[in-house]
Amino acid sequence: MFNKDKWSEILESLTANPFRTVLTAFGVFWGIFILVLLLAAGNGLENGVRQGFSGIATNSMFMWSQTISKPYKGLPKGRRYNFETEDVQAVKDNVDGLKYVLPRNRLGGWGGANNVVRGLQTGAYTVNGDYPDIINQEPMDILEGRFINQNDIEERRKVAVIGKGVRDGLYKINEDIIGTYIKIQGVNFMVVGMYKKKSGMGRDAQEAQNTIFVPFTAFSQAFNTGDRVGWMAVTAKDGYSITNLKSEVFSVIKKRHKISPEDDRAIGNFDLYEQFKKISGLFTALNIVAYFVGILVLLSGVIGISNIMLITVKERTKEIGVRRALGATPWQIRGQVLLESIVLTLVSGMAGIAFASGLLAIVNSILPSASEADAEVMFLNPSVELSVIVTAMFILLFSGLLAGFIPAQNAIRIKPVDALRTE
Amino acid sequence: MIDIKDLHKSYQVGKNKLHVLKGINFHVEEGELVAIMGSSGSGKSTLLNILGILDEADEGSYHLDGTEIKNLTEKTAARYRNKFLGFIFQSFNLINYKSALDNVALPLFYQGMSGKERTARANDYLERVGLSDWATHLPNELSGGQKQRVAIARAMASHPKVLLADELTGALDSQTSYEIMDLIQKINDEGKTILVVTHEPDIAQMTKRIVNLKDGIIIDDKKIEQQKALANV
Repeated sequence: MFNKDKWSEILESLTANPFRTVLTAFGVFWGIFILVLLLAAGNGLENGVRQGFSGIATNSMFMWSQTISKPYKGLPKGRRYNFETEDVQAVKDNVDGLKYVLPRNRLGGWGGANNVVRGLQTGAYTVNGDYPDIINQEPMDILEGRFINQNDIEERRKVAVIGKGVRDGLYKINEDIIGTYIKIQGVNFMVVGMYKKKSGMGRDAQEAQNTIFVPFTAFSQAFNTGDRVGWMAVTAKDGYSITNLKSEVFSVIKKRHKISPEDDRAIGNFDLYEQFKKISGLFTALNIVAYFVGILVLLSGVIGISNIMLITVKERTKEIGVRRALGATPWQIRGQVLLESIVLTLVSGMAGIAFASGLLAIVNSILPSASEADAEVMFLNPSVELSVIVTAMFILLFSGLLAGFIPAQNAIRIKPVDALRTE
Repeated sequence: MIDIKDLHKSYQVGKNKLHVLKGINFHVEEGELVAIMGSSGSGKSTLLNILGILDEADEGSYHLDGTEIKNLTEKTAARYRNKFLGFIFQSFNLINYKSALDNVALPLFYQGMSGKERTARANDYLERVGLSDWATHLPNELSGGQKQRVAIARAMASHPKVLLADELTGALDSQTSYEIMDLIQKINDEGKTILVVTHEPDIAQMTKRIVNLKDGIIIDDKKIEQQKALANV
């Protein structure tokens, strides 16, 4: 079937009317071009947003205490309560599958008043009392010095790791920061390191660099929070879903604080995994839309090919009749029409893919690459995977067959007699 | 070579049945040159279609070189056409985007012959019809007579048992017609069986036997003294 003669036959009949062939091919070219571009655009957007999520342990949640909304065990509703340090241990002991349970206390932030002083400089910053493991949940690059460690926790050292934004606000350019002191609400902390957060967007990104991390224990002592815990960051182990473990964590807390098991409002939470899933779902939807639109555009191109093949078959009624009189079998005729339409579809499709890839390469060279990308970039490295190209080729092959099918059936319906009796 | 017994064929035209062939008995020996004559509507084209395995009879039997032609699938019909028959048409029916050589080679392509062999044999037949210098020319660069010669070479190339010519001089002036008939006579002299459908008496006179068809039956079938075409050129 795939001998040289067959191909030269096809080439001959396709080049018999080159202008029409090119115009017809353009439909498919355009369809696959749009399809590839749409998929790449979706991919670029996804890459950009995922870059924003990069490094964050997405299998985690934050939880905080809220007002109790149901009376329970003789206690009224409307009570307020706080998480306590014992809660952390209790959650760790009673729930399987958790990687980190990290308590945190916080001061200031989000447009709060000035709370940090260094010499003549003052600034309003978020101050977090944290455990060392937090760096695994909210990854940051340590640019200078170190992060807080377990010794800091145990010895309640008053040390601080400051964000790049804090340094810019409180220090002169090129000034050495390690070993210097900053005063947080009147308490001196020694700066031992500086970090830069990897992720975050917009206002979040700015805020992320304007945070000061101090040991949780030192925070409790310095700012008199005692046993209170402002909120907890809980991360599940790989293979466990935080969304599934959530209720277990909550029931441990509820039992300890005499909260009705039905009280859903007593504990507030922000489930990163759920958010992440929502965004993933969005991209799946985007992909489906891209395929849908792309394939519809492609379909109109395929219909164009089918149409032209129908006309070609009609025009070549006589030729097909002659060929059959000379001994061509129906399958040889059908095969020729089908192969013609497949070749036309595949060649124009490949041209479309090549052209789209070329355009993407140009776009990619203009867009900043992943390494130098700021967190602000929403669109990153638009590209299509090889599997998408392979899928596209199969779609093309299929649509070529589809386009050729009806014309091929028409072609073999032509009786050789029709060729004999022409005039 | 050709043996037809009691052949009937009718077509459905609207609500009416049109009985075209009403019992044809017809026998052709190997090496004969036969003219089938008749006015339009006499059934001669229908007969030729049946002979050419392009159409099937309703009744009666048809043997071609000892093979019964009946209830063939499209595929076998195609194979038989390729093996047994060579067609020559009034309007030449060359494929206009193929060179003279490729046109001649086409039936060989459908036989599954290799490219080299095909070109060699096609060249051979083009030479026989005196067109080897025109092998690479497209049909629209050839005159009517030349086109018909290419068509004859094409019909001969697959070594068929029988050549079927349908009004082969219909589109040619008389001078060229005679030249073509001369070629046909020469091929016949080499022993090939040829059937010519025509309505021109002078062409019919150049065959060896004239069969007259009228209203679906043979009214007259006689051998004649062959007139050499060359004498008229």
